Amino acid sequence: MALRDIAIVGTAQRPSEVNSTFTSVEILLPVIQQLLDKVGIERSDIGFWCHGSCDYMSGQPFSFVAAVDAIGAWPPIIESHVEADGAFALYEAWVKIQTGEVDVALVFSNGKSTSGPIDQILSLQTDPYMVAPLKPGFDALAALQARACLEAGVVTERQMAEVAARSRRDAHNNTIAFTKGNESVDDLLAMPYTLNPLRAHDCATPVDGCNAVVLAAGDVARRLAERPAWIRGIDHRIDTQRLGARSMIESSSAAIAAQKAGVAKDRIDVAELHAPYTHQELLLRNAMGLSESTHINPSGGALVANPAMAAGLARFAEAAESIFAGAADRVLAHCTSGPMLQQNLVCVMEGE
Amino acid sequence: MAELCAVVGVGQTKHAACRADVSIAGLVREAVDRALADANITIADVDAIVIGKAPDSLEGVAMPELWLADALAAHGKPVFRVHTAGSVGGSTAIVAAQHVMAGIHGTVLTIGFEKQSDGNAMWALSVPIPFGMPVHAGAGGYFSPIVRGYIGRSGAPKHIGAMVAVKDRTNACKNPYAHLHEPDWTLEKALETPMLWDPIRFIETCPSSDGAMALVLMSEERADKHAGRKAWVHATAMRSEPTAFAGREQVSPVAGEMCAADLWRKAGIKNPAEEIDVVEMYVPFAWFEPMWLENLGFAPRNEGWRWVEDGITEMGGSLPINPSGGVLSSNPIGASGMLRFGEAAMQVMGKAGEHQIDGAKKAVGHAYGGGSQFFAMWLVSSTKP
Amino acid sequence: MSEADGLVRLRQPIGVTYNWSAGPNATSHLAGLMNGKFVGKRCPSCALVYFPPRNGVCPKCAKILAGDVEVGPKGTITTFCIVNVPFLGQKIKLPYVAAQILLDGADISMQHLIQECEAEDVRIGMRVEPVWKDKSEWGPSLENIQHFRPTGEPDRVMGSESGAS
Repeated sequence: MALRDIAIVGTAQRPSEVNSTFTSVEILLPVIQQLLDKVGIERSDIGFWCHGSCDYMSGQPFSFVAAVDAIGAWPPIIESHVEADGAFALYEAWVKIQTGEVDVALVFSNGKSTSGPIDQILSLQTDPYMVAPLKPGFDALAALQARACLEAGVVTERQMAEVAARSRRDAHNNTIAFTKGNESVDDLLAMPYTLNPLRAHDCATPVDGCNAVVLAAGDVARRLAERPAWIRGIDHRIDTQRLGARSMIESSSAAIAAQKAGVAKDRIDVAELHAPYTHQELLLRNAMGLSESTHINPSGGALVANPAMAAGLARFAEAAESIFAGAADRVLAHCTSGPMLQQNLVCVMEGE
Repeated sequence: MAELCAVVGVGQTKHAACRADVSIAGLVREAVDRALADANITIADVDAIVIGKAPDSLEGVAMPELWLADALAAHGKPVFRVHTAGSVGGSTAIVAAQHVMAGIHGTVLTIGFEKQSDGNAMWALSVPIPFGMPVHAGAGGYFSPIVRGYIGRSGAPKHIGAMVAVKDRTNACKNPYAHLHEPDWTLEKALETPMLWDPIRFIETCPSSDGAMALVLMSEERADKHAGRKAWVHATAMRSEPTAFAGREQVSPVAGEMCAADLWRKAGIKNPAEEIDVVEMYVPFAWFEPMWLENLGFAPRNEGWRWVEDGITEMGGSLPINPSGGVLSSNPIGASGMLRFGEAAMQVMGKAGEHQIDGAKKAVGHAYGGGSQFFAMWLVSSTKP
Repeated sequence: MSEADGLVRLRQPIGVTYNWSAGPNATSHLAGLMNGKFVGKRCPSCALVYFPPRNGVCPKCAKILAGDVEVGPKGTITTFCIVNVPFLGQKIKLPYVAAQILLDGADISMQHLIQECEAEDVRIGMRVEPVWKDKSEWGPSLENIQHFRPTGEPDRVMGSESGAS
């Protein structure tokens, strides 16, 4: 069966903040309304809604249920939720449109990374019997990976600092970004280690945020956007989580997903990589075979604003916007999930 | 036009209050191994895995599918996680089927599980929200007033709930995997059980279980080449609405009515009560059987309880409901919806053993969740649409 | 740690502390409770009054609730449950009646306790009023109300509201 042509036709994001006092409904409602207005459609035009979030971000079971209040689910709607980043909700929406059941889907995600100890919360993703009771911090797990990469010569501390310096500089052009800076690579290398070999700027900035995108098929997409961002390939893969059971100096799941998504078929102008740690950006570039000519994370990426469970969908929004603006013709959006780049979703989008 | 999808393998665990003999991973793998054996394939033949469970707080593992990748031999494969409250087992199966219907994968393994004994379900489902009034007590406290509303408006006699419960507990004795095997219930004894959340009696409530269900789904191309009995997916439907708004109908939610109507339309069903041979319905509190009979368009409004009283929903009746014993006999929350979907498939595959409804050709799996606000259904058949 | 069947079982409690925010739209509602008042909000689109103002939005219209509206203090029971089951963290003596109460002037019911009458005398349509705790115990919470009790007024005939939210 031939796949349908599906594109992102609009995006909306809320500027990042920390210690937000807003509820998830209060921040999602205006973002969704803004997106509908931008695309020029009504709620009733949406055939399918899909939400990405995680209960552990807010410490409440069924926390996503409240979001149904934000989307105006009346009369009743066709809707689903993933306990994952919104990028996976986008994948489900893409599958739904592929079945031919609907033509337009709205995908949204939210995450308050600053309402709890995010480093501890994310480490509850580990083996509950053998690993989680040891309370490994999420950052510390990434530091183990960074150490392995440095020792193996896959990355250098200078390269890591270069990633941070570039991201902090690019963040000035992004209203969504939280952390911004103009430090030189040497400035950053002079900073103290926080979790050796990681320095503070090697780790993502936890923020509260939310975002939404509209997907549409074929002619509907052409009607709704001047230059839709057509999804040419999308795939996700997982690796083992076991610390000793996989190579920490490469990401085979990212490599497979990139191959399935057809990354190497042509030049990638812009790649929005969801890399919460500087060395992970370098690992992802290697895994996907991205060349020097690809502009990585012009948005500043997750390093400057990482709303957990929304940061992956933010990469889709940023990559699609670069197509809308005509700044790029072929882009890559990526989302990672789990400790140490365990799960990776890769999507290639093109302008027409 | 979407491709066809068939269930070619079904596997479930023995459900129990505490499966202390297995880890979470072991529990999941038990269902997966049975489903793969039933489909006569190995895990290497699986292209993608779609997994669902209810709130992660039930076991205290955030996004456990990540850690479970090892137990599922999923390295290098897609693993996709769904969570739509109590309906999750149903919507997970639907998302899995859509991977096939969209032509993306040829063989998909889907799993629903819950290991409630690893945590405290009553706590996990009732974390008090600051500034509110913590007067309700678990799901029973939430649904009891709605049941009272149904009894009031339908004029149903008080023993209907107990009748449903006795039927399901009796049916469960024919299902080796059911959590509760209690053969000695009579209506008299059932009516003597205490009111927990008046008007809901002890007998009318579901247990808290550890358990998992797994299904193997295949595209038409693969299923046609596959030996063995199949359940063809004729239609799937999902609908959601907000938890509460002024004037919301909670006894027969509009989302449930729309979900069923959509299912009947897609599957070309004109008269559900006549054309459907068996229903696996999500009934965690016994009174929901007559309520859903009406909501799904089987029985006329306020008449569902009469169907129960007349024995229509018993295994020998014209519309058997929950021959497996249903949620009232096994309730691993995240698996409960998929158990309904899988048991419906088993019926049309002729694999339900002692609780088989003879000659079942069309069966419906139903699940709901949240405050009666998330609905998922599928219709499966022994023949292609 | 317990040993049975030759197996050693460990309980590993996990604790995570969160900052929880009610959200700016709940401010007037919570401030009202601190002053002994029931303050709800009106949907600018459908004009229905929400008490409490759930997340500050009308889920039906997807609109931020706008104007504050004082409702109650009396109300009517729309449906109820008699709770006989003990569960972790429960602070109330069994059996107790948890009722959905539609405060006068509000369009959505809220859940609270009914006391000062026998559980079997509670009925749909019964008129009730709040019994507030001592002012010294008040905070921004519905827990400021000890419980609701019957007013003795004639029952209100409930139509479609019965069994509804």
